[in-house]
Amino acid sequence: MTAAYAVEVEHLSMRFSHFSAVQDVSFTIPPGEIFGLLGPNGAGKTTIIRILCGILRPSGGRAAVLGYDVTRQPEEIKSRIGYMSQRFSLYNDLTAQENLAFYARIYGVPAGRLGARLDELIELSGLREARREQTRSLSGAWRQRLALACAVVHEPPMLFLDEPTAGVDPISRREFWDLIYTLAGRGVSVLATTHYMDEADYCNTVGMMYGGRLLALDTPDALKGRMGGFLLEVDCDRPGPAEAVIAALPGVQEVTAHGVLLHIAVADESTPDRVAEALAAAQVAVHRIERIRPSLEDVFLSTVDAELRAQARQEQARGEDR
Amino acid sequence: MKRLWTIVRKEFIHIVRDTRTLALIALMPAALLLLTGTAVSGETGNIPMAVADQSKTAASRGYIDKFWTNGYFRLVAYVESEAELVRLIDQDQAEVGMLIPPTFGSDLATGQATAVQFYLNDTNPSNSVSTQLGVETISQMALQEMFFSQIGQSLGARRIEMPITTHVMGLYNPDGLRTNYMVPSLVAVILQVQALLLTSLAIVREREQGTMEQLIVTPIKPWELMLGKIIPYILVAFVNTVMIIAVAVFWFKIPVSGSLLQLLGLSFIYIIGSLGLGVMISNISSSQMQAMYLAVGVVLMPSLIMSGLIIPRLNMPAVAYYVGEMLPVTHYLAIINGIMLKGVGADFLWPAIWPLIALSVLFFAASVAFFRKRLR
Repeated sequence: MTAAYAVEVEHLSMRFSHFSAVQDVSFTIPPGEIFGLLGPNGAGKTTIIRILCGILRPSGGRAAVLGYDVTRQPEEIKSRIGYMSQRFSLYNDLTAQENLAFYARIYGVPAGRLGARLDELIELSGLREARREQTRSLSGAWRQRLALACAVVHEPPMLFLDEPTAGVDPISRREFWDLIYTLAGRGVSVLATTHYMDEADYCNTVGMMYGGRLLALDTPDALKGRMGGFLLEVDCDRPGPAEAVIAALPGVQEVTAHGVLLHIAVADESTPDRVAEALAAAQVAVHRIERIRPSLEDVFLSTVDAELRAQARQEQARGEDR
Repeated sequence: MKRLWTIVRKEFIHIVRDTRTLALIALMPAALLLLTGTAVSGETGNIPMAVADQSKTAASRGYIDKFWTNGYFRLVAYVESEAELVRLIDQDQAEVGMLIPPTFGSDLATGQATAVQFYLNDTNPSNSVSTQLGVETISQMALQEMFFSQIGQSLGARRIEMPITTHVMGLYNPDGLRTNYMVPSLVAVILQVQALLLTSLAIVREREQGTMEQLIVTPIKPWELMLGKIIPYILVAFVNTVMIIAVAVFWFKIPVSGSLLQLLGLSFIYIIGSLGLGVMISNISSSQMQAMYLAVGVVLMPSLIMSGLIIPRLNMPAVAYYVGEMLPVTHYLAIINGIMLKGVGADFLWPAIWPLIALSVLFFAASVAFFRKRLR
């Protein structure tokens, strides 16, 4: 069976006894694409991955992986996907090689092919020195690469990675994503979740999740372009008072603090001058005002902010109705 | 099938790599039998007795001496009064106190009835019953002897024989040594404990470690995982069985009266059932804590109380009786005692064998049925 999409999700929802983890989420992943689910902890990313892996039954909507329905054909899916869960689920008292061999046999990699496949994976993930080490003695970054190797040992066409880089240093994260690119280059479709905003830039498509909802879905560039107006970065000596002054100006949509810098979403070109004037009047020394490209973090914060404001308006409207 | 062996191999690595645990697993059951077997191997007898002989006559001394002849009682102190006897029992220095009244000698000499008072520590019923039996038997024998010698004297020194003597012979434990009866039972209970310890955490441990989440997204089948978890421990528990039976035979000198081969074969079925019970517990538990509680509360305590190990099952209320029937150890107790002590064969033990097989199949089937390749 060849499906048009590696993953198809329609109006998916998941209710646990006291809260909705996923609410009416829809998206598709074309074959060979890297799809990122971006959002803070508790946004519902892990729940979606677990549903797609066939280990959680959704309470509404439908989802298919490689053309197989997640509720009716979970076992069909399981033999064709690789899954790397949030906690590195490796056996600590087995060596790297033994962990790999274990999953290879569980996935039914033919005995004749096993040795070559293990060598290949150990080479690819740079685990040569760790091969005979018990997993417990490996560093976080090594364990993470080993977990990925275990997840792809049977050469699955679809790969689910749940927070694969959590708690790993930036250089190792970079190398890890290079590895994922290598796999995607061979035609593997990837769904990865992350709460590192910069990592979403590695993806072909990014879904932004918050509170169980999918708030935005597009390529990273399109998402950045979607922010209306411009983004200004202000470097000044008293960011605290400056923030209040700028927020009160007409044409300013949003002010967010990034360390000592302020990011200002503005409506039109004339605003930078007005910001400079207002700050001068408030006796704030401005070192630099610059127009910048929004990062995904800016996009994410403004998207979440817009969502929260919309919810608040709805609440208010409902309150007035009563 | 290949996946099954993959699981088995992985479990073996877990067992072998952790050398300290491996040593515990391998040696604990035999060591436990050495320890507990020694505790129950004290022969009955040597019960401490205090005596207050207020008669102080040849007759009273003759009567008292009868109590020391067969080693059943030993003298701890001669005292003067009832109060002193009770005090010694209070202080646990004596189990029994004997009070011979001042009139004992003169009553006997004049042919009148007399009485001896015994005081008994009956805080432990099973002890006090055998103590009481000992007291009554020896006293009876002593009095009969005196009675007949008196009659004999009055009839002119003719020898008089008792008209009837009663002989009771224990068939399977003729020496009356408690060791003989208890050691095979201890083997059964220790193997039960071992089986539970080995498997009751097998599944839930992976659940807590997070490796189970990884396993259930693979194409593995529930029966492959369950059987793969049990097989390595069948081997481990069987080695334990051989070792522990060796301790019973060579250290505690309990001969296997029946067929050793049958004993080992049926022990094999027993450990499969017990391990299956452990895996089932592991399966329905969501944390290792829960599994431990279930293992101890639902299996271990009933195994001690309802299996017939301590309390005979014949007169148990129906509920307790049928709970006992559901425990592999209940049936194995009948088997191991039957083969080791009675020397009967499998044909006689069939009523205990088929439930053991049925339970083994039931627990394994339930483990597979309860296992879900889902998170909730």
